Amino acid sequence: MGCAVSTSAGGCGPSGPGVPPGNTVSPRADAAGGFGGSSPRTDTAGGSAADPAFDLDRPWCIDERVAVRPEPFGALLYHFGTRRLSFLKNTTVLQVVRSLAEHRTARSACLAAGVGAAALPAYERALATLAASQMIKERPPR
Amino acid sequence: MRLVEQFERGLAAPICLTWELTYACNLACVHCLSSSGRRDPRELTTAECREVIDTLERMQVFYVNIGGGEPTVRPDFWELVDYATAHHVGVKFSTNGVKIDPGVARRLAASDYVDVQISLDGATAEVNDAVRGTGSYATAIRAMRNLAAAGFRGFKLSAVVTRHNVSQLDELTALADAHGAQLRLTRLRPSGRGADTWPELHPTAAQQRQLYDWLSAHGEQVLTGDSFFHLAPYGEPLPGLNLCGAGRVVCLIDPVGDVYACPFAIHENFLAGSVRQPGGFQAVWRDSGLFAELRRPQSGGACGSCQFFDSCRGGCMAAKFFTGLPLDGPDPECAVGHGAAALQAADRAAAPRPAPDHSHRGPVRGQAGPVPVSIGPRPAAPPARACDENPLAGFAGRGEPAVAFR
Amino acid sequence: MTEQAVAEAARADEQDGCDHADGTPVSDEALVADELLVEEVSIDGMCGVY
Repeated sequence: MGCAVSTSAGGCGPSGPGVPPGNTVSPRADAAGGFGGSSPRTDTAGGSAADPAFDLDRPWCIDERVAVRPEPFGALLYHFGTRRLSFLKNTTVLQVVRSLAEHRTARSACLAAGVGAAALPAYERALATLAASQMIKERPPR
Repeated sequence: MRLVEQFERGLAAPICLTWELTYACNLACVHCLSSSGRRDPRELTTAECREVIDTLERMQVFYVNIGGGEPTVRPDFWELVDYATAHHVGVKFSTNGVKIDPGVARRLAASDYVDVQISLDGATAEVNDAVRGTGSYATAIRAMRNLAAAGFRGFKLSAVVTRHNVSQLDELTALADAHGAQLRLTRLRPSGRGADTWPELHPTAAQQRQLYDWLSAHGEQVLTGDSFFHLAPYGEPLPGLNLCGAGRVVCLIDPVGDVYACPFAIHENFLAGSVRQPGGFQAVWRDSGLFAELRRPQSGGACGSCQFFDSCRGGCMAAKFFTGLPLDGPDPECAVGHGAAALQAADRAAAPRPAPDHSHRGPVRGQAGPVPVSIGPRPAAPPARACDENPLAGFAGRGEPAVAFR
Repeated sequence: MTEQAVAEAARADEQDGCDHADGTPVSDEALVADELLVEEVSIDGMCGVY
């Protein structure tokens, strides 16, 4: 199996989607409208519907229902619960997202990936988008 | 580079793909895009199907649309669905509902990574059964009731838009809502048996305009599988990538393991390879000459100079192909009207025939059987007995169809 | 593409960034200021599936 092409970065629950029934995280239970459905039904699920300002200084991680697939241009993220796809349009933002779980804050993940001060706002916007669509979430406290 | 341009060049793996599990079907819908009815004796074995799933997992294909024919008539259907979800491949299967009894519905409702799509082409039995056969409406409704009763929320009710159901879109929405389902509307393509019925079934130009307006008004409540990007010239593009996914982000695996660019283009011109060849599906996706050709930047041909080309992208390749239109010209349903003119000029009798044809030989559920629109003479084969289970009954010679369907 | 090819392309991307149409390299920072780094769509939003 191609383990080099990995699924979600570790640290936040089961190591990837598609686990057999019995998985405690049920997308149908979480997402309004159940498995599938388009954005109006899933946007209202579990958490704020509005797009809050993203807090770079909190710890984040990829949601365990998300699969990450590197591509030449960056990456594809697929959320098995919301059935949304996110396209990461360069490899730096992929690096940031994959390393979130290893850093104390999203800001330090950006810095470690080489994001400079001028570029940081764009990465903050990117992370905010991913948070709003539940691709990434705040890490639960240990 | 814009995202759409990036996708047009192809990806490391499909984002999702359609997998027709069998050509067998209990129905004989007049517009069936895969000309299904009779099982093909060369269909993939259970073991071969598991290998395909293993490959999809390795390639990280996020999910697969399983269809057919009627996929649930395969005895190993449930085993394969479970195998897929256990191997990180999400499943949505498309069905006429024939096997969705209360027990099956409960089992589906309990499964996290399996979605269900019920096919129905009318809000009433009168409209639906004219296309899908006597009793098919009742079968679908029963399945929907069972799913709703089992607590399966958000399954899909999928209708192909035709001349006769375009006036029923609100009722179809109500039908979906009443069962906790989500409506999906897709485009009728002249593929499979649809090649013969498309002229009478496809929406008129005026109806297309109504459809566009309705879809715009219903925004993201209704799914479309991005099948209406050819209507973009009417106004704002509808939600979706607005891009032909064939060979770029999607493809089809057919019941005998052949890989086509898309399920609406089952014809040797769009045959990319076979999962049975060395290297399997991954080699086909990566190395097929056909896919490489599709992934090259397309100029748009005659459409390239049209002001709407950027959003309509010249429309649907399969729709053009099976109506005998050139691929570098307008879509037969071009919103600006160029398609109608092109159709006038086209030689319909010379249009490519969809292949292969697994249609039932005789009447099924009030459907008269395949319309024998022949381009050339048919061989004088002895009539098959109605009860003959051999899908090749009536064909001459070596067990291969005598007519060159493939 | 093979996994190796994808990884190599990714490394090349990181080092070189993307180029202008005439081939001169564009820095990552200049790019990201102008465009969204993340785009989203529903998986139903692609043509060619049931």
